[in-house]
Amino acid sequence: MDHLALHFGERALFEGLDFELERGELLAVLGPNGTGKTSLLRILLGLLEPSAGSVAIDGCPPRERCNRLGYVPQQRIFDRDVVLRGRDLVRLGLDGHRWGFGRFHTEDRARVDAALSEVGAAAYADAPIGRLSGGEQQRLRVAQALVADPVLILADEPLLSLDLAHQRGVVDLLDARRESAGTPVVFVTHDVNPVLHSVDRVLYLAPGSWAIGTPDDVLTSETLSRLYGTDVDVLRVRGRVVVVGTPDDQHVHHVENGH
Amino acid sequence: MFIQLLGYHFVHNALWAGAVAAVVSGAIGVFVVARGMSFAVHAISELGFTGATAALVVGIDPVLGILGGSLLVGLVLGLLSLRGRERDSAIGAVLAFGLGLGVLFLFLYQGYATEAINLLFGNIVGVSDGQLRDLAIVGGIVLVGLAVLYRPLLFSSVDPEIAAARGVPIRALSVAIFLLLALTTAEAIQVVGVLLVLTLVITPAAAAQRLTGRPGLALLFSVAISLASTEGGILLSLEKSWPTSFFITTISFAFYVAARLYDWSRGRQSRVSSGASLTAQALE
Repeated sequence: MDHLALHFGERALFEGLDFELERGELLAVLGPNGTGKTSLLRILLGLLEPSAGSVAIDGCPPRERCNRLGYVPQQRIFDRDVVLRGRDLVRLGLDGHRWGFGRFHTEDRARVDAALSEVGAAAYADAPIGRLSGGEQQRLRVAQALVADPVLILADEPLLSLDLAHQRGVVDLLDARRESAGTPVVFVTHDVNPVLHSVDRVLYLAPGSWAIGTPDDVLTSETLSRLYGTDVDVLRVRGRVVVVGTPDDQHVHHVENGH
Repeated sequence: MFIQLLGYHFVHNALWAGAVAAVVSGAIGVFVVARGMSFAVHAISELGFTGATAALVVGIDPVLGILGGSLLVGLVLGLLSLRGRERDSAIGAVLAFGLGLGVLFLFLYQGYATEAINLLFGNIVGVSDGQLRDLAIVGGIVLVGLAVLYRPLLFSSVDPEIAAARGVPIRALSVAIFLLLALTTAEAIQVVGVLLVLTLVITPAAAAQRLTGRPGLALLFSVAISLASTEGGILLSLEKSWPTSFFITTISFAFYVAARLYDWSRGRQSRVSSGASLTAQALE
C-alpha cells in the first residue's frame, strides 16, 4: 500500500504537518519561496531530518532507504559535451547507486527499454544527452524516475522552463503512471495551473502556516486569506487559478504565462 | 640501433612503467574531465613537486615526497568539496603557495639541477625494478578503486543532484576521487614530469569524449589513447634522442586534434543532412 504518514514540527517552516497519501494520488505542494517546499521533499528523500515528528513511506523511514523513490528535479540542461546517452541516464536510475561496474542483465536492459518507450524517448535514447532539447532531456528524467518501479514519485518544479507542450507531456506521463501502477506523486510547484486538472489534493505552505485539501477547498480567497493573515483574492479565470494580493505577490505572473 | 635498444632491460622497464601510468591516467581522466577537475590535476601535480623537493632536502626518496605532497593536497581539496569558481580560486591560491615552497626547498637542496629538471619534465629511462614494482602496486590500487566506485562515481559526476537523492555519498566520493587522482598524479609525474601530467590525465579523456557518447567506451578510448601516446613517445625517443615527454605530449595532442576534427565533421554532416531534409520538406 502506498500510505505515508508525515508529522513535523520544524519551528520556522511548518509545524504539525500531518497527511497520508492515497494510492495513485497527486498531491501538489504550493506556496511562496522560503516556506519549506523543497525542505519537505528533502525530508521525504531522507536527505534532511525533520526537527520533530516522523515520516514513513510504506512503513519505513526515508533514511533507511528501504523503498524505491522516483525523483524528477527541476530541468537543468546537461552540458553539451557530457559523455552520457539517454539510455545511460535511465540506467543510472536503476543501479547508479550500487558499487562496481555491474553486469547489465537482459532483464535490466528490458526495464530500461520499457521505461524509455513508456515516456516515448526510445527514438533518441542512444544520442548524447547534451545534444537533446530541454523537453527531451526532461522526458528522460521522468524515465529515470520510473525505471526503478518507485513506490512514490517526488517531483521538484519539473515543469520549470519547459514550453507548454512539454509541460503537458510531463504531466501526462505522471498521470499515466498513477493510473497504471497506482504510484502517488508529490509535485512541488509554484504554479498549479499546468497540473490543475490532475491534482487530487493541494498542500499550501504559507509563511508559518499551511492547509491541505482539494483544490476547491484550499485555493479559495477565505483559506489563503487565513493562511497569509491578510486579504488575498483567488480568482478563477477560464479554468485557471490566479492568486492576487499575497504579500510577495509572486503569483501575479500566473496571469502572464497563461493563455 | 633502435632494435638493439629494445633489448635493454632499462628500456623494458621504461615501457612497462609508461604502460602502468598511462592506463591509470587514461582511466581516471574520464571522471576528472566529467567533473571539471583539470585545474585540480595541475595543482596536485605541482604540489607533488613541492613534496619531492622537500624529500630531496631531508634526504629521502623523492617519490615518497611526490606521493605525500599530492595525497595531502588531494585530501584537502576533496574534503573542501568546493564547486565552480570558489574551487578554482582556492586551488589557484594553494598551488601558488606550494610552488613557492618548492622553490625554497630547491634552493636549500643545492643539489644537481638535473633532479629538478627530471621532476618537472619527467625521466622515464631511470626506472628501477623496485620502482616499477611500486608503480604497479599503486596503479593496481587506483584501478581497483575506480572499478569499485565506477557506477556511483559516474552517477555523481554527470548528475550530482539526483545521485544525492538516490543516496549516493557525494562527499565521500569526492574525497575518494581526489585521493585516487593524487596516486595517479604521483605515477604520471615519474613518466612525464610535474608540468606535463595533464597530457596523460586530461588530453586522452578530452579526446575520447569527442569520439563517443557511451561512458564505458569513452573510458576504453581514453586508456587506449593514453597508452598509445606513452608507448609511442618512449619508442620514438629511442629512435631520435629528443626528450620522451615531447613525443608523448605531441602524440596525445594529435589524438585530441583529430578527435575534435572528427566530432566537428560529424556535426557538420548531420547539420547538412537535416538542412537537406528541411529543404526537401519545404519543396513538398
